[in-house]
Amino acid sequence: MEAVPRRLDPAVEVDELRKEFRRSDGKRRRGERRMRVALDSVSFTMEKGETVAILGQNGSGKSTLVRLLSTLLLPDGGTARILGHDVVTDGRAVRHLVNRVSVEASFFKRMSAAENLGYAARYYGMTSKETRDKIPAILERVGFPSDRRDEPMQNLSRGMQQKVALARALLTSPVVLLLDEPTTGLDPRSKLEVQEFVREIRTTHDSTILLCTHDLAEAETLAERIGILDRGRLLALEPVEDLKRRYGAKTLEEAFFAATGREFEAEGDEDDDREVFA
Amino acid sequence: MKALGTTLRAELVGAGGVVERNFYLTKRYIWWDLAWFFWTVANTLTIVFIAQGIEATGGDIDVNTVATSLLIGAVVWAYLGVLFEFLMETVAWERWEGTIEYTFMAPLSRAMHLAGQGVFAISYGLLRAVFLFTACFLFFDLSTPDANFLAAFIVLAIASISFIGIGVMTSVLPLISPEKGTQLGFVAQGTLLVVSGVYYPVEVLPTWMQWIAKFSPATYALEGAREAILDGAPLSAMWDEIWPLLIIGAVSIPLGLWVFSRGELYAKKHGKLKRSG
Repeated sequence: MEAVPRRLDPAVEVDELRKEFRRSDGKRRRGERRMRVALDSVSFTMEKGETVAILGQNGSGKSTLVRLLSTLLLPDGGTARILGHDVVTDGRAVRHLVNRVSVEASFFKRMSAAENLGYAARYYGMTSKETRDKIPAILERVGFPSDRRDEPMQNLSRGMQQKVALARALLTSPVVLLLDEPTTGLDPRSKLEVQEFVREIRTTHDSTILLCTHDLAEAETLAERIGILDRGRLLALEPVEDLKRRYGAKTLEEAFFAATGREFEAEGDEDDDREVFA
Repeated sequence: MKALGTTLRAELVGAGGVVERNFYLTKRYIWWDLAWFFWTVANTLTIVFIAQGIEATGGDIDVNTVATSLLIGAVVWAYLGVLFEFLMETVAWERWEGTIEYTFMAPLSRAMHLAGQGVFAISYGLLRAVFLFTACFLFFDLSTPDANFLAAFIVLAIASISFIGIGVMTSVLPLISPEKGTQLGFVAQGTLLVVSGVYYPVEVLPTWMQWIAKFSPATYALEGAREAILDGAPLSAMWDEIWPLLIIGAVSIPLGLWVFSRGELYAKKHGKLKRSG
């Protein structure tokens, strides 16, 4: 009898995922609310170990997608699964598998890098004995100077803080790593260092990486497939060359323009408005 | 069984992480805390001076007893304030620092997260209450020869379970309203203050307020502490205060967790975790 090759389960399965937000509007009558669709029936899958970049402007729904996958938001429709675990009904299992680096480093600013990493690791069940050597080692790996380990975070540059954020995410050995604009606002050198580290994670870890960014070059160099998210809709998700071919474009920027019908950096009032929600 | 043991261990380590984080924060803000403690001492002295004021204006009272009674009220009130403050910070401070999403996406159960917060709040609050009581007691040179301080301490510790349950209910308010939630938490604290006989006997309240006082754990904590310190009552003689505290605690803790879980669901549904305003 011929052996049937076993199909590997995808790391991330997103099916018709939908999220909308309602907010009260000062311009409208009391109690009246605006509704905005932040994610509109988004579907895609990611294989284990794959790196996918989602490109989109401010308010396109990138952060909403990341929040839904990390159980910080509840969807209004559709499903999302991490290694087969539903983000709504099996949130606890998902939280064990996922970690995230967002655009804001988000730390207790008076506490040191070591302290911030220490208590965060406990939330994942890691004892102080387990992290005693691991925290210095992981900080060293991200290029964080050891003599600044006990310095309050508020004394560190944005680039340094983002390195600690990467260390925090990696400390828990996530199966799926969600990077939500991890290099936005960083100086060119810090940006390159963070990108280099993401590249290293790709080669040395078997983490599946979802990178949400509006940096075209970053997406192109780091990801195997690139998705275009525009006003909550995922217009395409393909390897960069396929994307260019599909839209008859020479560059990723041209492909983005062809897909969305607008310049990558051009953002209108509607985008600003959407950013509040998405 | 092994899996259950592993989960339980991870949960306890996680709760310890909350205590650890609060310890770091307290250490980093120690001078602010000392300044705040100084303010609390000044506030408490102001209240206790009322006893001397009454005597000075012709009132016929036992100054030592009234001053001690007021001091107990002020210390319990300050203690309650610390507990509520820590629990409100479960959401408010984390939202301000931007760490709230990282805490809420960790695999630690909310019950153990809040338990860790409660354990630190009780430990810190009790320690602070002891210092506050001692400082003011010495300042006024009060005399309580029969005092059973251990019994008073234990009653306060038992009452803390109920306080934590109520505090957990109020700590969800900043999740629902980032702008006004924290201030609304003071409403619960203020309600407990007015009905529980913090500075006066409950009997002076209107009948309907006395009825509400029966459901306030602070009523029993204050009665117990006063009996122990002023009359030297042993713990065994305070069953009338202890059993209501145990019942209120048994109800308020699960109720508090349920209220918090509903608030968390609301926040996740409407995207309220993310923003600070």
